Amino acid sequence: MSATTSEPAPPAPVDGDPAPAPPRASQRRRHERTLGLRLSAPAFFVMVLVTAYPIGYAVVLSLYQYRLTDPEGRRFIGLSNYATVLTDPIWWSAVLTTAIITLASVAIELVLGFGFAWVMFRILRGRSIIRTAILVPYGIITVVSAFIWRYAFQLDSGFVNQWFGLDGFNWFGERWSSLVVITLSEIWKTTPFISLLLLAGLVQVSDEMLEAARVDGANGWQRLWKVVIPNMKAAIMVAVLFRTLDAWRIFDNPFIMTSGANGTETLSILTYRQNVTLVNLGAGSAVSVLLFASVVLIAVIFVKGFRTDLSQVRGDS
Amino acid sequence: MSGVGNRTSNWWTVWGVVILAWAMFPLLWMVSLAFKSPATLRSSAGSFFPSDWTWENFRTVFSDELFTSALRNSFGISILATLISVVIAMFAAYAIARLDFPGKKLLLSMALAIAMFPQAALVGPLFNMWRGLGIYDTWIGLIIPYLTFALPLSIWTMSAFFRQIPWEMEQAAQVDGATPWQAFRRVIIPLAAPGVFTTAILTFFFCWNEFLLAASLTSTNRARTVPAALSFFTGASQFESPVTAVMAASVVVTIPVVILVLVFQRKIVAGLTSGSVKG
Repeated sequence: MSATTSEPAPPAPVDGDPAPAPPRASQRRRHERTLGLRLSAPAFFVMVLVTAYPIGYAVVLSLYQYRLTDPEGRRFIGLSNYATVLTDPIWWSAVLTTAIITLASVAIELVLGFGFAWVMFRILRGRSIIRTAILVPYGIITVVSAFIWRYAFQLDSGFVNQWFGLDGFNWFGERWSSLVVITLSEIWKTTPFISLLLLAGLVQVSDEMLEAARVDGANGWQRLWKVVIPNMKAAIMVAVLFRTLDAWRIFDNPFIMTSGANGTETLSILTYRQNVTLVNLGAGSAVSVLLFASVVLIAVIFVKGFRTDLSQVRGDS
Repeated sequence: MSGVGNRTSNWWTVWGVVILAWAMFPLLWMVSLAFKSPATLRSSAGSFFPSDWTWENFRTVFSDELFTSALRNSFGISILATLISVVIAMFAAYAIARLDFPGKKLLLSMALAIAMFPQAALVGPLFNMWRGLGIYDTWIGLIIPYLTFALPLSIWTMSAFFRQIPWEMEQAAQVDGATPWQAFRRVIIPLAAPGVFTTAILTFFFCWNEFLLAASLTSTNRARTVPAALSFFTGASQFESPVTAVMAASVVVTIPVVILVLVFQRKIVAGLTSGSVKG
């Protein structure tokens, strides 16, 4: 499995007649079904074990008034928690904050990440240095990245104000400027994720096709849009979908930088605060379920919009 | 090489240097802060580099059990969770990409739901379950949710890779009489290795980075990982700014990252540039 050799494997041993008869074909089909079930069983089992109960538990709890500090007061209140949350400006402020961070970071990262992937793909000298360097922000702990950027902008330790002549401006004193720093840290940290996935797609685009397009007189821009991007759609789809979902649940960066102060509370921080800090499990679970629903909505838009179906595999290309 | 080719190649090098600076500049800032003296931090604020370099911050963090045990926990938990997750995900991704079997849609929906589920929502229930099972504040208590939440990304990434593999080779092996399992082991694994290595890196960094569950499902040095420990770190004393000590700890936990990146990087480059996929 750890083989890095790339020569094609020798043909598998022949175990009988070369032209399978119909009965053998159906036997093979049965074998395939069994193998498919066996191969996916461990993943399925683990995912059900760790999430089915907590998910169900959160849905049930969201229908109760329930604080851990007041267990006796637990009672069924139907959908009231949802009404409370959805009429609370704190919820909508968190939605707006999260949406701003998500849109800004994913849009910038996609462009930047494609550029990085393209440079890593094309560069002749120092290619491995670049590829190594770009992996470091990705590998760095998000909490560390958050501290680095926070200390760069913070009044008592930072250099940014000095360098840009912003004497004594408190970046974490206002909503917009806090969001700028949070988004900067997010972009620095996660662009390598996108660029690595895009690079993986990029190397799969065949040189022959690019050469054919070049011979046909397509310029660089046309080759990019007509040949490269259509041929790496799967990689782009996976990268953008996961980065969007990831950004929508952003927690570490704003938690370390502002703890949600000055209107920078994201949906995950709100959920964490309700469940863990305030142990208001009823309303907290409603927030969790709503957060989950918002994420489902985003995913549906993506899958319908991009028309990508991971399960549609055999014979589709 | 022609003049035009040279000029183009130089431009790529320039862009490469830009990327290098982009990636390294915040790290330089981290190192610089880590060597500043906590006593003079405020008075020297605004200058990028320390006026006098000191190892004081590193002595502070290494004399703190909170930090040293967190290093141990982070390594053990991340490596174990990655190994288990990648093996499980590889089987599932192959089945999804190649095999026709009932339950495929269900598995994909399940993976998608878990990839999307806000982990903050699971913190409360997991806390109760883990205490009941006696695995709260243990390695296994973090390994189980880590490998679970790494699975969807691993499955999706690997099945995207697997879809782009020239499957005619596998079909040829099957026509020659190989079973699907033989075709998988002999033909596909060598072709899929680059995708698997890339996935392993993504999975490891997910575990290494994870903060929310680590902060919620641990309470002592037994299992607390580096991100959680850093957020609790307050410095040598309450009278000193924790800034420089936090950055010293950050430098220490970034050194293993850099080393691992160097090791894995060779695998990725070998895998992605071997041309094994271009049939």
